[in-house]
Amino acid sequence: MKVAVVTFPGSNCDYDLYKAVQQVGGDPTFVWHRERGLSEYDAVLLPGGFSYGDYLRAGAIARMSPIMEDVVPFANAGGPVLGICNGFQILCEAGLLPGALVRNDILRFASHDVILRVERTDTLFASDYTAGQTLRIPIAHGEGNYEADRATLEVLETQGRIIFRYVDAQGEPSDDANPNGSWHNIAGITNEGGNVLGMMPHPERAMEELLGSTDGIGLFTSMMSGLPAAT
Amino acid sequence: MSQADGNAPATSVPPRDGDPEITAEVVADHGLSESEYEKVLAIMGRTPTFTELGVFSAMWSEHCGYKNSKRLLSTLPTKAPWVIQGPGENAGVIDVGDGYALAFKIESHNHPSAVEPYQGAATGVGGILRDIFTMGARPVAVLDSLRFGDLDSGRVRYLFSGVVSGVGDYGNCIGVPNIGGEVAFDRGYEGNPIVNAMCLGLMKHDELITASASGTGSPIMAVGARTGRDGIHGATFASEELSEDSDESSRPQVQVGDPFTEKLLLEASLELISSGAISGIQDMGAAGITSSASEMAGRGGSGIEMEMTDVPIREVGMTPYEILLSESQERMLVVAHVGQEAEVHRILEKWELEAAVIGRVTDDGMFRVMENGKVVADIPALPLTDGCPTYEREGVESAEIKALREMDLSEHLIPGGDLSKSFLLLIGSPNVASKQWIYHQYDTTVRTATAVRPGGDSGVIRIRGTNRAVAATTDCNGRFVYLEPRTGAMAAVAEAARNLVCVGATPTAITNNLNFGNPLKAHIYYQLREAVQGMSEACSAFETPVTGGNVSLFNETDGQAIYPTPVIGMVGVIDDVSKIMRQPFQKAGDDIVLLGVNTGEIGGSEYLYVTADLVAGVPPSVDLDGERMLQRAVLKMIDQEVLNSAHDCSEGGLASALAECALGNGEEPFGLEASLDEDLRPVVSLFGESHGRIIASCDPAKTDEVLRIAGIHAVPAKRLGTVCEAESGFSLNVRDGVVSCSMTDIARAYFDAIPNIMNTSSDSGA
Repeated sequence: MKVAVVTFPGSNCDYDLYKAVQQVGGDPTFVWHRERGLSEYDAVLLPGGFSYGDYLRAGAIARMSPIMEDVVPFANAGGPVLGICNGFQILCEAGLLPGALVRNDILRFASHDVILRVERTDTLFASDYTAGQTLRIPIAHGEGNYEADRATLEVLETQGRIIFRYVDAQGEPSDDANPNGSWHNIAGITNEGGNVLGMMPHPERAMEELLGSTDGIGLFTSMMSGLPAAT
Repeated sequence: MSQADGNAPATSVPPRDGDPEITAEVVADHGLSESEYEKVLAIMGRTPTFTELGVFSAMWSEHCGYKNSKRLLSTLPTKAPWVIQGPGENAGVIDVGDGYALAFKIESHNHPSAVEPYQGAATGVGGILRDIFTMGARPVAVLDSLRFGDLDSGRVRYLFSGVVSGVGDYGNCIGVPNIGGEVAFDRGYEGNPIVNAMCLGLMKHDELITASASGTGSPIMAVGARTGRDGIHGATFASEELSEDSDESSRPQVQVGDPFTEKLLLEASLELISSGAISGIQDMGAAGITSSASEMAGRGGSGIEMEMTDVPIREVGMTPYEILLSESQERMLVVAHVGQEAEVHRILEKWELEAAVIGRVTDDGMFRVMENGKVVADIPALPLTDGCPTYEREGVESAEIKALREMDLSEHLIPGGDLSKSFLLLIGSPNVASKQWIYHQYDTTVRTATAVRPGGDSGVIRIRGTNRAVAATTDCNGRFVYLEPRTGAMAAVAEAARNLVCVGATPTAITNNLNFGNPLKAHIYYQLREAVQGMSEACSAFETPVTGGNVSLFNETDGQAIYPTPVIGMVGVIDDVSKIMRQPFQKAGDDIVLLGVNTGEIGGSEYLYVTADLVAGVPPSVDLDGERMLQRAVLKMIDQEVLNSAHDCSEGGLASALAECALGNGEEPFGLEASLDEDLRPVVSLFGESHGRIIASCDPAKTDEVLRIAGIHAVPAKRLGTVCEAESGFSLNVRDGVVSCSMTDIARAYFDAIPNIMNTSSDSGA
């Protein structure tokens, strides 16, 4: 499966994402933000980092990059798109996902492992997990506080579009387990079609025991098994 | 000496319109002494222009010229078979095996951080990153070594939180993980925080590039950000004492960082180096274009000619003086191969950065600067870089400090108080307590290579595609150095080596950051001389040569000097990542073993500071042979896979170290039951900070083997007790005393200490 890893000026998790895709047998290619054309790819990944230094607002400038003119129709046509951290912020800025990511409620950058609960598995991005399974995944962000109006949150809940939630050691979405103040302890959501996932935690950093966790692998293998095999 | 020596400056350079006349006062304002100015006159053969004076002032500042430290530094060991690049380049480089080389260096940004903590610290990180990638290495890790006054001061909290955000935001944005460092709080740093940042970069051996200008006619290009008026004379500022007025009046000398531009510059520089289009590259750091150009010319034995109106500037009306001395951030000086200008432009354009040809390499050995074709500075390059006067000064120990060292401490060591209470107080002291509040603001996992994150004895970065890893740590206990500089500096090297050994790394080399007061004072020069001597002895004993570093003198506010603080940044190599050792206990039922022995000194300890508000007494002695055998023994145990954890004993003594092993990161704590029968007073046994001790844990079936390996190496070792479930609590018996606490109380004291202080009040610089 051919996977585009889009690199914006200031992206810094592009390499990690590339390696994660490779590890699960995918065929990644770096696509510079000024390039055009995504038709040859089976999936598009937007990596973490600080595109354009997060100046103005995280993701606000990157979403106007030339490549985004191709990412939007790719997503609207049902193509799988995964945005992690800054990638999630860009997807919200681009209108592919609802809501916004604002400054962490603690007003500091937050970098540590969190525990995520997998809320549903009948989705392209989590089919290799079991429902209710908890994952240990690192976060590293200053603006990861997910906010949306009440109506949107209601829709996300009723349509089952919240895929990952921050939970405590007992598996409960408590305030103590919430690292940034996100509404409903939201860590990752999809669009209505289920083909676009945005999440703040970094599954690409949880691929090896040596580095502390292998719980991120399932996300990438889920994606792989849902997509056409390499030709 | 190069053939260029014969060249003389233009005999007459007419003064530029608007430049001040050169008077004794102007010379003094530039920080040059009378004798130094005479040397300038001798080199120039005439009165220098204002621009030339500015250039000399910057290059002959302590920051660039090392005039008060060079002679001492020349006594440090710098060679080993694995050293590829020793002192004198942007960074040291060592071989780490499998064709990989590690570039690493530490640098200070103390003065800027005292004035503007956020930007001062951020640009400190930016500068050290550039030193690494200009060697051709990709930065893979950052460490920060910080010191502040006590946190009960609002201003100190403001400095502390500003520095931590600055260090974090810059590294986070670039995407380089922070893997460790240290922080200390003591009134000795009240007015002058210490902000040292260390960076590690990896490269293949053939990717190494150096910063020298060679090839007559080669174009010199300014790359990256434009030049503005920020940071003019920062190098000279960094070489003066601070005063009450420094806050406001010095702000213009502090630079502003732009990590986004730096990230682009990093990628562009590495691409430039691999393209083969350039022959040299150097950061425009301290003293900006002046130092980068003259140092590259000096190293290449060549000359340089630059036209100031070709330098991209961000403000109108900048004079050559301002352009030459600006310390605007995120700029590089590049020497391209003739005819490769277009390739340089192509790469820079891809990364949306600017590049401009601003001059060329010459063969006349002169550092020549033009403005609209008219010469405004014409200085022989070699005397400018190598001719900086160096001094050996008189050093005498301060009688006041000697008295502190010889103070009778016995009244403070009487048991009687509740040892458990003292223990909780101690591990809740910010110096011992968890530093999670700090490193949770740093991205520690980006680049997916961090095998040991901050909070362990050393940070560890694996080398992808190999079975190897590199480890790094920074260490120095300023109180020990203050009380006895030579022993204290040895202790810093020894502790760094122990910290590396505790993760299973063989100590390989060091970079140092000498943070001291004003060396013109005899007692400060004494500290500097003694500390360098102690460092030299320890580095020789451990075969960890010095590959470079940084000197930060004049760390004084209103005449009050900081503790002498020679920070050691040490790196080590791990051959097999599967054997990486960690600090927390792993399993209830494991045996706890103490390797090494308490030598009974409690001078300079955190216990005395916390309970008696004292920095006094004889600091713990250092037995270099014993340390070396301890290192060997522990590395052998780790290689034989008989240990389950290892942790160095330092601030807070044995009791605190045991608590840290039991707590881990707080998620899965253990308890312990241990006793130690030493012929020492209880507080000395529990809280004394003797060096040369490591706490290990192992499966009880392996304990005999652990003791046997210790025995072979003549390392004293004994079983202290057993790791228990957390519910069993923490019980540590010593002769005539016991510490007995619940793990919940210990965790609360340890993890909540700094957050409780920092989250309760808002602080400003006022």
